[in-house]
Amino acid sequence: MKAISFEFHRPASVTEASALLAQYEGDARALAGGQSLVPMLNLRLVRPAAVVDLSGIAEMRAIEVSSSEISIGALVTHSELEFARESGATFDLLRHVAAAIGYRGVRNRGTIGGSVAHADPAADWLSCLLALGARLSIAGPSGIRQVPIGDFILGSFTVDLQPGELLTRVHVPLLGASARWGYYKHTRKVGEFAEAIGCVVDDEARGIFRVVAGAMSSPPVVLFDRARATTTLDDVRAALGTAAPSVEGHHVHFHAAAVMRALQSGARR
Amino acid sequence: MDSTGIGARVPRKEDRRHLHGQSTFVGDLSFPRMLDVAFVRSPVAHAVLKPAEIDADDRARVFTSADIEAIQPILAEGTIDGYIKTPYPVMARDKANFVGQILAACVGATRADAEDIAERVFFDFDELPAMTDAVAAMDADAPAIHPELSKNIFHQLAFGQDFEEIRASAPVRLTRTYKLARQAIVPMEGRGIVALWDERTTQLVVYSSTQSPHLVRTGLSEFLKLDQNRIRVVAPDVGGGFGYKAILHPEELILGYLAMKLKRPVRWLEDRREHLTAGANSREHIYNVTAYGDDQGRLLGLDVDMIVDAGAYSIWPHTCAFDAIQASGILPGPYQLKNYRVTARTVATNKPPIQAYRAVARPGACFATELTIDALARAVKREAYLVRRENLVPVEAMPYRSVTGKLYDSGDYRQSLDIALNAIDLAKLRAEQKERLADGRPLLGVGFATYTEHTGVSTSTLAGLGTRLMPGHELAAVRITPDGGLDIRTGVQSHGQGMETTFAQVASDVLGIHVDLIQVVHGDTALTPYSTGTYASRCMIMVGGAIADACDRLLGRLRTAAAHLMQRAPDELMFRDGAFHAGTASMTIPEIARVVYFTPAELPADMDSAGLEVIGGYRPKQDSGAFAYSTHVAVVEIDRDFATVKLRDYVAVDDCGTQVNPMIVEGQILGGVVQGIGTALFEEVRYDESGQPQASTFADYLVPGCGDIPTIRLFSTQTPSPHTRFGIKGVGEGGAIAPPAAIVNAVNDALMPLGAEVSEVPVSPARILDALERAGVAPGFLTAAAS
Repeated sequence: MKAISFEFHRPASVTEASALLAQYEGDARALAGGQSLVPMLNLRLVRPAAVVDLSGIAEMRAIEVSSSEISIGALVTHSELEFARESGATFDLLRHVAAAIGYRGVRNRGTIGGSVAHADPAADWLSCLLALGARLSIAGPSGIRQVPIGDFILGSFTVDLQPGELLTRVHVPLLGASARWGYYKHTRKVGEFAEAIGCVVDDEARGIFRVVAGAMSSPPVVLFDRARATTTLDDVRAALGTAAPSVEGHHVHFHAAAVMRALQSGARR
Repeated sequence: MDSTGIGARVPRKEDRRHLHGQSTFVGDLSFPRMLDVAFVRSPVAHAVLKPAEIDADDRARVFTSADIEAIQPILAEGTIDGYIKTPYPVMARDKANFVGQILAACVGATRADAEDIAERVFFDFDELPAMTDAVAAMDADAPAIHPELSKNIFHQLAFGQDFEEIRASAPVRLTRTYKLARQAIVPMEGRGIVALWDERTTQLVVYSSTQSPHLVRTGLSEFLKLDQNRIRVVAPDVGGGFGYKAILHPEELILGYLAMKLKRPVRWLEDRREHLTAGANSREHIYNVTAYGDDQGRLLGLDVDMIVDAGAYSIWPHTCAFDAIQASGILPGPYQLKNYRVTARTVATNKPPIQAYRAVARPGACFATELTIDALARAVKREAYLVRRENLVPVEAMPYRSVTGKLYDSGDYRQSLDIALNAIDLAKLRAEQKERLADGRPLLGVGFATYTEHTGVSTSTLAGLGTRLMPGHELAAVRITPDGGLDIRTGVQSHGQGMETTFAQVASDVLGIHVDLIQVVHGDTALTPYSTGTYASRCMIMVGGAIADACDRLLGRLRTAAAHLMQRAPDELMFRDGAFHAGTASMTIPEIARVVYFTPAELPADMDSAGLEVIGGYRPKQDSGAFAYSTHVAVVEIDRDFATVKLRDYVAVDDCGTQVNPMIVEGQILGGVVQGIGTALFEEVRYDESGQPQASTFADYLVPGCGDIPTIRLFSTQTPSPHTRFGIKGVGEGGAIAPPAAIVNAVNDALMPLGAEVSEVPVSPARILDALERAGVAPGFLTAAAS
């Protein structure tokens, strides 16, 4: 399968990219690493009038660390996060998650921003960034706005991006020195799409505790946001029933088990 | 020089170009004015087709069945009892019979252009009920897929003994239904075709990614109604075939026709989506087995009813009956079985036409037999390897005539099992299994499978099967070059088997010429002797035999010339290391070749004027075939939460007779085992009720990757076949046969304490959870045990 014919642009700045995306009034697709978009183009599942290739925008490639947050350019690849050298619990979790995304080729080209904007519920970053309380910078014709990831993801493959807007940065609050985390992803085989994800972030010093279940047919959900004395499998099942009632059959156990394993691997139960 | 003959671990001659990205596959070919073809394929499984609506601007670039009526429907004939032939139109005419069937061909300047045109072609349908289940398709009121068939049955067979007495008296009787899912074959390179008309030779030249160039030529001739010498078929580098490329495909006929019609080169490259949908074409068997045994697990009788889900059409030339015919003959496996009865039905459904995938029916037959052996062992509460061992044909009984009349030529099957057993520590694994059951870690299971594989299938066997266009024997043309090197030309096609190396090794063994000086030419009907191609683990036996025969005869001619030049009697000369010796005098092949080619006046006038070029042939004197054999062991861990199967250890003990190149033998087995693991754990195209395939990309169709494969531990013995030149038995398919059986036996070993048993592949988490549910184990059981 080959893509339909489309216009191709490679802007050099966010402003230029935003103007191009606005010009096509929603009929243009932004291209980051292309690991989802290019197959979708070739299968003709998407048929845009134009593709706006963001790879020439240098300012979207950097990772910046301040005292309170990690600001990750949307074009930073999974591999760059996998091999990031900075220390601390936040980077440990980002590295752990990045290292198990897809296959080496996918990690070398795929980007964190592309993954979030694509909003496949099975994507590792959606669950991980929700648990970390990430916010996103969205650039558009009227400037830059920031939005929590939970509000940005409107549904499966659906995000809060207006024509002319693009996701430029992912802001992850830094966890404290004593923070713990746990992440478990269930796949049928190495590198495949997740069938269940559990992610736990536990930073007692900063009052942060989030347990996230992901890789359902709908976007990830926060099951618990306050630390508990104990969390049993039945507690998780009950929370899933409330937060994600569409999960049925064997999948209830798969998701509950992924969350339990994430809890066991790092955080307080 | 170090020998580069039989048994040497010679590095593969073909690897240099492959590893440097310098190979030439069909997709690498380009010709001036070449057009790309995209097909409109049926989006529905079963429907009456209305005439296409085509934009006027596109009309000259779209070809529907009405535009290509000169192409005859493919008709797979055969003298097979119980087989009813049905035509396979290369494009659906009045009725579409599977999702992916070709409705129209569109030509464009590029593939994207051709796909744009294809999108604009509109077909309307009156949908008919889709038959996706072979059992339901045999219902009296099921819709007919072909008017020629009754109850949609393409072929049926029944043979064997009645064994009333055993049925009445056997202490153990068990029944099982085993199923293998429908698979795609998934070679690295999909199919691809470039066809062009060559005015200079007045030939249709078809470059095709095929295993069988001569066979494709014959097929093109038959269905395009063109003389064979008006056709040349070339298979350039081919990236894996596994049977998928061993038959004539509709696309080859359509491209050939378009090249002649348009007088321009046309190209079609199969994409992965086409492959996974239109090419979901193999392995789908159902076995209803009733087995009888004694209280020690001795197999007394095997009563099998087999159903092959053949899809919509019968493929050319082997027919859709091939799976059932092969399976019915080999179900008794390597066992001393005296009482056997089989019925088999090959049934039309609204799916792609079934064809042979590496080892044809053997993975299914092995699955059915080996799971039955383990079930028997569980029934009599004994270790499965012991029951298996006692049932195996003992070495003292060789050669052994099986209950279906096959002559097992040589081998120590029990030794094979013993080597496998010794490769693992069963007692230790049994102890660990108990601990794990109690402490909540993943469940552990160990499974064995032993098989014997009929290789070197040759003339009388094939004649007996009633196949058409499968002569069995092989030819090889060899030529000493004027500088003393060797050219070998063969009609089979090497597409991963390393035959450019192993064929050279056979010649090197006979003539003492280093393999670096031997060139193997294959894949071009203009250059090579006729052959029906590469399949059935037969090339090393048959072509190896033909090359050796040709080289023997060359050696005779060289000897005559050398004797004259050295002034000795021919039988006084000793041939060793590529030279004739007599006392201290010697004469090398290059020295003799120079005389024969350039100064023949030095030779007597009555010397054979045929020079140093010979066509040899091979048909074993005893041509009942060779029987390779093997035992595999799988050690698995089953996750208690997700019911995933992890392969912890895998052992394959193989005997393929004499090994021509042990490194290539190992590669064949490793590749086969990995494909077998795919059958066992991952690969499956399911269909919904309307006949829509549920896998169309690799996101849905899982294949094993390196992360899923343990270090496969290989052991081998070499028991020569008494019937073949050099004792070679053939190894191309073997590795793929046993993994489904060994892995599922291991899974069932792990599940036994829970009272659950699976009998279908792939053994997906859903199938394991269903088996547990059937055993009354509630979902979520496993973690409960852990906490």
